[in-house]
Amino acid sequence: MKLAHLTITQAQDLLLKGEITPVDLVEALIDRINAYDENINAYITVLGEEALEQARSMKDTQKPDLEKHPLYGIPIAVKDLICTEGIKTTCASRILQTFVPPYNATVFDALKRAGAIIIGKTNMDEFAMGSSTENSAMGVCRNPWDLDRIPGGSSGGSAAALAADMCFGALGSDTGGSIRQPASYCGVVGLKPTYGLVSRFGLVAFASSLDQIGPMAKDVRDTALLLNVIATYDERDSTSIPREKMDYLKDLEEGLEGFTVGVPEEYFVGGIDADVENAVRGAIKLAEEMGAKVKKISLPHTEYGVAVYYIIAPAEASSNLARYDGVKYGYRYEEAKSLMDMYCETRSRGFGAEVKRRIMLGTYVLSAGYYDAYYKKASQVRTLIKRDFDEAFKECDVLITPVAPTTAFKIGEKTDDPLQMYLTDIFTLPASLAGIPGMSIPCGLDGNGMPIGLQILAAHLNESKIFRVAYNLEKAIGFERKELGS
Amino acid sequence: MKISRKEVEHVASLARLKFSDEEMEMFTRQINDILIYMDKLNELDTKDVPPTFHAMEKENAFRNDEIRPSLEIEKVLSNAPADDGESFVVPKVF
Repeated sequence: MKLAHLTITQAQDLLLKGEITPVDLVEALIDRINAYDENINAYITVLGEEALEQARSMKDTQKPDLEKHPLYGIPIAVKDLICTEGIKTTCASRILQTFVPPYNATVFDALKRAGAIIIGKTNMDEFAMGSSTENSAMGVCRNPWDLDRIPGGSSGGSAAALAADMCFGALGSDTGGSIRQPASYCGVVGLKPTYGLVSRFGLVAFASSLDQIGPMAKDVRDTALLLNVIATYDERDSTSIPREKMDYLKDLEEGLEGFTVGVPEEYFVGGIDADVENAVRGAIKLAEEMGAKVKKISLPHTEYGVAVYYIIAPAEASSNLARYDGVKYGYRYEEAKSLMDMYCETRSRGFGAEVKRRIMLGTYVLSAGYYDAYYKKASQVRTLIKRDFDEAFKECDVLITPVAPTTAFKIGEKTDDPLQMYLTDIFTLPASLAGIPGMSIPCGLDGNGMPIGLQILAAHLNESKIFRVAYNLEKAIGFERKELGS
Repeated sequence: MKISRKEVEHVASLARLKFSDEEMEMFTRQINDILIYMDKLNELDTKDVPPTFHAMEKENAFRNDEIRPSLEIEKVLSNAPADDGESFVVPKVF
């Protein structure tokens, strides 16, 4: 097997045995990126030289201490909306094209402390607004399984880099499905943690009551390893939850005996591909065969998730993105005659169409006379969605659903109709609105050979239950990670 | 129509955005479609339902009121399109 195709755990094994060095891992990835990323466009910035230098400095140290440095010598990719001191952080936007953060995000410091090597910053939908990574000012990212298809979004670059063996692990961010959906479309694993589990200090804000950073990897075990590193309490993020540090690797191998798996009927409705439904139902059957009790349940407000989300997220975005005014950082239109002219020209030239659409929508729903009809109403329905989950988790340990109604669609297929694009998020939005954790793992291929993902949801802070179910299912499903593009 | 072109023009000015004629037509049409879809929420009676503004119920997170180091001024200004070493510089207001 090629070095770049290894999981983090497999690579660490070889590092510990002294059979390879971090330099070998970085060189293997640079070869892959040089050969393949011209087609995929998963990276906005590749840090080849810097990564090699860091790897060389590790070469002569004695046997790695994985207790202290759980990601020793492992090259990791970071979504380009996580601030990295001295390294461009563009959010895939023209308005931040030249932005070099003066400080690090907490998660980035955590990765470095754990011994990780940063191999690059990944492509995304501009400001994480999108479901296909087509809304990137740095160019469309393509799905390594089929270059005519989108990789999902908004963390499409992170998912594509993993699927094409151009990194060993990655960080993404998920506001309404932006980790889970691209992971599903690219056949990798992605977790949106509980809101507040991972610090967002240094994450460029999109919708603050929803945004969450999370790990993406080639398998479940690697995902747990990454979460162990980044799930730290941080007083610099006022939404960070103070708590004991957990070891998410600990219970992975426990069985599913005594677990109750809920299957919400609203996630298997019209519009869902037969291949997707069959694959997810097949996996649920496997869970049952492993000793889990399967229970049909109802989340009656699921169908309102899209309407609620596309009011709340744009409303918060319109406020968060008010800071891009050409004054403090980023692009400025230099020819402006007045301050007001500078604001308007800078923003109109700096933002792409989808970002402007959401700022407009958000500004409208918050404007005088419409607040109650839209924002308040949506926030009330958000309560109903949250209560649905509260009820479900009284009798279920986890829920299993599809991640999306279909597999990855063709590039350009949905770009003319924003509402059709929004509706692809229907199965990931409710968990985001409720703040609960959700994971996507691959569970098969459809008739076109594209990966299908299943979603595992649990109550707040019950990531360990998700990992346990995911690890068992991954083994039982036996999804084959292909060496794509070789 | 849920929203007229005139209203979209007003929202654009609130959001400090400028659009061409063609863009204005497109946004009016698309935002209209999206708002019609949002009407779905009116199927639900939410009279006694409290709104959720935050996914996790949390008290205010206060920190101790003590002086701590912040970013140096050079770093703060390092990304500014224009500065004079101490402040951000912007075009004349009037």
